Amino acid sequence: MKNPSVDTHLLPADNLGTAPLLAVDNLHVEFKTRQGLVRAVNGVSYALHAGETLAVLGESGSGKSVTAQAIMGILDMPPANIPKGEIRFRGTDLLKLSDNARSQIRGQQIAMVFQDALSALNPVFTVGWQIAEMFRVHRGMSKKAAYAKAIELMDRVRIPAARQRVNDYPHQFSGGMRQRIMIAMSIALDPEVLIADEPTTALDVTVQAQIMELLAELQRDSNMAMILITHDLGVVADVADKIAVMYGGRIVENAPVHDVYKNPAHPYTKGLLESIPRVDLKGQELYAIKGLPPNLLDMPTGCAFHPRCPYRQDDCVTDVPPLHEISGTRSSACHYWREVLDGVQG
Amino acid sequence: MGRYVVRRLLQAIPVLLGTTFLIFAIVYALPGDPLQALAGDRRVDPVFAATMREMFHLNDPLIVRYGYYIRDIFTGDFGMTFRGLPVSTIFEGKFQVTLNLALMALIIEAVVGIGLGLIAALRRGRWSDTGILAITLILVSIPTLVSGFVLQLVLGVQLKTSTGIDFFPVAGIAEGWRSYLIPGAVLAGTSIAYLTRLTRTSLMETLRADYVRTAIAKGMPRRRVLGRHALRNSLIPLVTYLGADLGTLMGGAVITETIFNLPGIGQQLFQSVYLRENSVVVGIVTVLVLIYVLANLIVDLLYAVLDPRIRYE
Repeated sequence: MKNPSVDTHLLPADNLGTAPLLAVDNLHVEFKTRQGLVRAVNGVSYALHAGETLAVLGESGSGKSVTAQAIMGILDMPPANIPKGEIRFRGTDLLKLSDNARSQIRGQQIAMVFQDALSALNPVFTVGWQIAEMFRVHRGMSKKAAYAKAIELMDRVRIPAARQRVNDYPHQFSGGMRQRIMIAMSIALDPEVLIADEPTTALDVTVQAQIMELLAELQRDSNMAMILITHDLGVVADVADKIAVMYGGRIVENAPVHDVYKNPAHPYTKGLLESIPRVDLKGQELYAIKGLPPNLLDMPTGCAFHPRCPYRQDDCVTDVPPLHEISGTRSSACHYWREVLDGVQG
Repeated sequence: MGRYVVRRLLQAIPVLLGTTFLIFAIVYALPGDPLQALAGDRRVDPVFAATMREMFHLNDPLIVRYGYYIRDIFTGDFGMTFRGLPVSTIFEGKFQVTLNLALMALIIEAVVGIGLGLIAALRRGRWSDTGILAITLILVSIPTLVSGFVLQLVLGVQLKTSTGIDFFPVAGIAEGWRSYLIPGAVLAGTSIAYLTRLTRTSLMETLRADYVRTAIAKGMPRRRVLGRHALRNSLIPLVTYLGADLGTLMGGAVITETIFNLPGIGQQLFQSVYLRENSVVVGIVTVLVLIYVLANLIVDLLYAVLDPRIRYE
C-alpha cells in the first residue's frame, strides 16, 4: 500500500515518458444485489494519453458507465465492489489512495460530464453558484472572484449573455445550454482527463452536434484526454481517436477509429455498424442485431455474445475468447476475428 | 417572488371565509337549545329567552348570523358570550399558553425528528437505523394519555423525590419555558415518529439523486455534499409537514393541557363545547383555523425560498 497522503500533483507530466496518462488495467466491478452477484465489469483494460480521445461504445448494461464511475470513484460501495484491477493515473493506482486523496483528484484532475444535465445539476442553486463552487472549495477563491471565473467559463462554453444568466437556475435553461453549464463546471479547474458519459443522449440532434463540437474544441485547446462514453456510433467518428467496444462487461474490440469503421474485427461491432441507417440503403430493411443484451445475473457461457452471433462455432459456447492482438493498435475478443475481418460467415 | 406572495395571500381569503362559515354552520347545527343548556334543569323564563334570542340574533337565518359574526371578528371581540363578556377576553392569555406549548412541541419535534431521521438515513441498514425505526414504531403506538401520565410521574415526581432534581415542572406554567418541556415532548411524540420517517425517506431519496453524484464528482468534501447539496433538497417536504403539523399540535393540545394543567385554549374549548357556549367554540376554532392558514402560508413562502422552481412558475 502506498502512502495514502501521496500528493498526485507532484507527479509531473514529463515523468510519464511514453506511459499513458490514465490506464485501466484488468478492472473488475461487481454489485451485490438481492438476486445475486452482478459482474458488471469483467477485466476491462484501456489506456489514454494526453490529448487523446477514447470512445467507449456499448449498449446499456455493457459496463461502460460503471467503468467510468470506477475511474471517478463515485460508485456506491457497497453495493459495488472492485475485487480486482488497477486504475493508474500518472502512475499512481487510484484504487489504493485514501478517500481524501481521491476527492482531491476528482473534479480537479479527472472531471466528468453526465448524461442528463437537468437531473445532474442541483435544482436549488444557481448555475453560477454551482460553477463558482469549484473555485471556492478547491481554490479557496472569494465569492466575487469565483463568480467572475464562472462568468468567464460560461462565456467559454458560449452561453449567450453569461453575465446576466449567471444567477439563473438550471430549470431556466434549455437542454443544450444546461449541458454547456455542465461542461463549464467540469472543465473549470483544467482537468487532465474529462469523462463524458453520453453527453448528448438527452439532447436534440442539432444540439448534439454543437455539444460534440464544443467538447472537441475544448479538448484541442487544453490538450485534455477524453473518454467519450456513448452508444451512438454516429457521434464517435469525427471526435474519437480510438474506440473500445464493450459487451457484457468486457472489451470486445479495441481499435483506432477509422479501422473500426472500415473493417470491424468483432461480430458485435460489425452488427452495430450495420444497424446504422444509411441513405444509400434506403428502402431496404434496417439491420438489427437479433436477440437481447445478456442478463448480467445469468451470463451466457463462453463468449457472452454467442447467442446473438452469426459467426458462432461450438467453441464459442464453451471458451471465453481472449483479447487477440490483431496489430499493434488493434485487438478483438473473438475466436474468429479473421473470418469477421474477411466477412466470411462461418 | 413578490407576485407569488401576493397570490398566496389572496388565496388565503376564500379559504378563511369558507372554513369559518363551515365551523359556524356546524356548531349551530348541534342539537339542543343553548339557552336551555345555560339554565341546566330549570325552566327558562320565556321573556328572558325572547330577549336573549333577540340580542344574540338567534331568530335570524344562518347566513345573516354569519354576517354578524364576520363583523364581530373584524371588530376584534369575536362576539359576546351569553354571560355578556366579549369572547376575546376569554381568549386572553390562553392562546399564548397553547401557542407556547405547540411551538415547544414543534421545536422538539423538528430537532429530534430531523436528527434521528438524518442518522437513520446516513446509516441505512445498520443497527442504529433499525433501532431508530423501532423507536418510531413505539412512539406511534403510545397514546398521549399514557406517555403524559408516565412522564409526569417519572420526571416530575419520582426523579424529584429520589435525586432531588427539580428541573422538569409537570403542572402549571409557573416556571416559564421549562414548564412546557415535558408537555411539549408528550405532545410531539407521534409527530416525532412521522417526521423521523419522513426525513429518513427524503434524505435517502436525495442521496440517490444525480446532482448529489455530481457534487461528489466535483470533488466536494462529504460534509458539503450532505450539508449543502443533499440537505437543502430534502428539507422541502419536511417544511411542509412541520407547517401543517403546527395546526395539528394546537388542536391536539386538549389532552396534554388537561394532564399537565396548562390553562390553554384546549381546556377552554373542551369546557365551552360542554357548556354549549357556541360563540366561544366558534371563536376558538376560527382562531385555530387562522393560525393553521397562516402556518400554511408561511410554509408556501418558505417553499419558494427553498425551491426556486416554484418561485418562477
